[in-house]
Amino acid sequence: MQRFPETGLSRRDLLAAGAVSVAAGTTGRSARAEGAPLAASANDAVAVEPTRMKVGFTVNGTVKELDVDTRTTLLDALREQLHLTGTKKGCDHGQCGACTVMVEGVRINSCLTLAVMHEGDAITTIEGLGRPGELHPMQAAFVKHDGYQCGYCTPGQICSSVAVLAEIEAGIPSHVTEDLTARPQLSAEELRERMSGNICRCGAYSNIIDAITDVSRSPA
Amino acid sequence: MKFDSPATTNPIDRLKVIGQPLDRIDGPLKTTGTAPYAYERHDIVADPAYGHVIGATIAKGRITGMDLSAAERAPGVLAIVTAQNAGTLTKGNYNTAHLLGGPDIQHYHQAVALVVAESFEQARAAAHLVRIDYKAEPGSFDLHAAKGAATAPEPNDLTGPIDTHVGDFPRALAQAPVRLDETYTTPDHSHAMMEPHATLARWEDDELTVWTSNQMVAWSTGELATTLGIPPEKVRLISPYIGGGFGAKLFLRADVVLAALGARAAGRPVKVALQRPLIANNTTHRPATIQRIRLGAERDGTITAIGHESWSGDLDGGGPETAVGQTRLLYGGANRMTSMRLAVLDLPEGNAMRAPGEAPGLMALEIAMDEMAEKLGMDPVEFRIRNDTQVDPEHPERPFSARPFAQCLRLGAERFGWDRRNARPGQTRDGRWLVGLGMAAGFRNNLLMKSGARVRLDSRGIVTVETDMTDIGTGSYTILAQTAAEMMGVSMEQVRVVLGDSSFPVSAGSGGQWGAASSTAGVYAACVKLREEVARKLSFNSADAEFVDGEVRVGNRTARLQEAAADGDLVAEDSMEYGDITEKMQQSTFAGHFVEVAVDSATGETRIRRMLAICAAGRILNPKSARSQVIGAMTMGAGAALMEELVVDTRRGFFVNHDLAGYEVPVHADIPHQDVIFLDETDPMSTPMKAKGVGELGICGVGAAVANAVYNATGVRVRDYPVTLDKHLDRLPDVA
Repeated sequence: MQRFPETGLSRRDLLAAGAVSVAAGTTGRSARAEGAPLAASANDAVAVEPTRMKVGFTVNGTVKELDVDTRTTLLDALREQLHLTGTKKGCDHGQCGACTVMVEGVRINSCLTLAVMHEGDAITTIEGLGRPGELHPMQAAFVKHDGYQCGYCTPGQICSSVAVLAEIEAGIPSHVTEDLTARPQLSAEELRERMSGNICRCGAYSNIIDAITDVSRSPA
Repeated sequence: MKFDSPATTNPIDRLKVIGQPLDRIDGPLKTTGTAPYAYERHDIVADPAYGHVIGATIAKGRITGMDLSAAERAPGVLAIVTAQNAGTLTKGNYNTAHLLGGPDIQHYHQAVALVVAESFEQARAAAHLVRIDYKAEPGSFDLHAAKGAATAPEPNDLTGPIDTHVGDFPRALAQAPVRLDETYTTPDHSHAMMEPHATLARWEDDELTVWTSNQMVAWSTGELATTLGIPPEKVRLISPYIGGGFGAKLFLRADVVLAALGARAAGRPVKVALQRPLIANNTTHRPATIQRIRLGAERDGTITAIGHESWSGDLDGGGPETAVGQTRLLYGGANRMTSMRLAVLDLPEGNAMRAPGEAPGLMALEIAMDEMAEKLGMDPVEFRIRNDTQVDPEHPERPFSARPFAQCLRLGAERFGWDRRNARPGQTRDGRWLVGLGMAAGFRNNLLMKSGARVRLDSRGIVTVETDMTDIGTGSYTILAQTAAEMMGVSMEQVRVVLGDSSFPVSAGSGGQWGAASSTAGVYAACVKLREEVARKLSFNSADAEFVDGEVRVGNRTARLQEAAADGDLVAEDSMEYGDITEKMQQSTFAGHFVEVAVDSATGETRIRRMLAICAAGRILNPKSARSQVIGAMTMGAGAALMEELVVDTRRGFFVNHDLAGYEVPVHADIPHQDVIFLDETDPMSTPMKAKGVGELGICGVGAAVANAVYNATGVRVRDYPVTLDKHLDRLPDVA
């Protein structure tokens, strides 16, 4: 069973604990906050002072020490406190992928994780890949293939693209991998499947796949 | 500058920069996350407060009580804005419903309060402590139920005529040897752009600045002033980067008004982003339609009767979805009728979404054409070409300025391998897949809007373009730079483009696929003036001056361009406006869409395998960014064909699937490689650029091409979009 190292809790323990706090939220006076439906009786609820915690992690190679409201997502910590606004908020619910960053090399939706859960982690955002004049090869390929239009999903697409190539390189299979014991192929179908958590409403998908394919074929 | 006669040869025709497939100049900013969107202006406002919007939880009725006390006492709360404390707000001309509701509620998730706090988390938590009591009233939420009570709406510039009649349609239809009479439905659609509506508002005394995400800067600046009851010159609206719009950001929305009110109440800058779950119901959407199409034809395929009626709904005071517009112009036929009827619905406000009218209209018309071709035993490509027209069929004295419609279809058929299509549906198998090919015509009018710009030449030879034009992902930055570079004879590196600021000259803005052609024409006009200024400064005869390679040349005299600005910047401002040239000739853009699908013979799931669009849209200013506009629109059209539908709760009156998990849009796995071919064309009747709009053409017709391909694969005709597997699963051919 997967363990969360900093707490020693298993995923099942954590889910159970979550269920208890939800139950408390419907009866107690202190725990009502996020997610409580508007229809719930609000006039007997009392807001409490936010709990703050210190958390330290590395962002793009730089150590950051933050004092955050524990409700702060990693996404909002990046955007609002560290002013790293390249990571975008499209939905705040893990539905669109615009907030994709890499934590310890693994891509995640930064809106679905709290900042305080990342003590000691190494986080890479779009700003850590490259900058104007010094573009990462994936950023340059997106420009060359016009793999973006409005630009809002683009940092998330690029972070996912970089991580996807690493996942394939590491032999991690996907839903469309035919043979789970063989190395996954670097096919357009594999790329499309793995990139499907990143919505682009402008519809640059065809060009994004061209950009990723271009990078995957160029010598490292 | 007024455009009232066909364009002749001008500096744009050199095509040194215009017409080249250049990378976007904003690419390095967008791909590194350094392009600043509205909610991200830490560079301007260091310490904004945060607003959280509360939406009404009834569709129609009244607020009977609001208890703000717990929220007001919550940590960090600075202010709560409601209709009760906001002062007098006047509804703008472009909105149907009020942007801040209360006590009357006009639609579900209409904004009723903004909670402003020191932090986002505090504002959100406090918003949940606001108690609102409502008295709900019954409303009308079901278009099918309200259809019978629909009436003819008032015509306006957007709708055109409500009913048209040519010849004797009923008689011609009755006499036609081959007839079709079918009804098609399209659902409500959500723009679902990736960046939520967002605004940062700051007051300095009585002057308001908003950094926002808006397609139409001048419209919305005026509407904001009207709404707040302040003089327009006290409002500045800045919108340089826009994370998608598709029509959702044409107008002033609640985020702007509430940020401004919140900032006034809190006494400091406030930023507001509409929470994603609010967007579908709080903002506008593309209204659902019911469309009846009747066609009559001779056995040789000549259409003798063509009729298209459309029903849609909107809030009281709203307008119709103009789904019959293309049917007035796309095909010939001596006897014709079109009609629009509008029902009053108490759903959220309907309004423009990418290619309003044509997008849903062609989804219906182009299935009907496919069905009619089959009845006639004709190839769908040949049937359409048989009914091509070079004049406006309702007004034959009006020719099209250019209409290479048949070329689009023929070239598409050739490139796509259309001859491999089996006209008998449900016959082609590839393993477990049923394979089908489909096609449809694309059609969208070319709209032109007055558009202005200012251009400046400095002593380093840098040309700076300033206009309130917006770039919503369309490539405006790049094509405006290309226009200035071509006109002034400089490289792209010598051009700067600054957009989306209401302090700049008023442009066409972005909408209706008018942006590219109109705004480049505005920059052209300003550059013509700047060229005259430069020539005068250099004592050249301006009529003969050539601007090339950073130099100005007349005969054997040559000067460096920047010499003209040696003792100070040269600035020129002008706009392009249009005479009655568009009334004498019909300007439209054309496409042929070709699609191959595979339908799982066991599950009914549809996968798109190939897509090709052939487009004719005048001169293509930048083939790279124009192609992206078309593939993006094809993608949205594929969504409309196969998955997109705002599901109406007809009891409580709201869109149920109001987020990006419930409202399904195409993702990577849904979209294959897409091909686009532009016909090599110029249209001198359009503007001196000889270009037309292309941003919406790509969605026009593509949905029907997908639906027709599904029919060709399965033999099951679905007339109710989206074509989801449940609508044909029970009638699929037997699994072999």
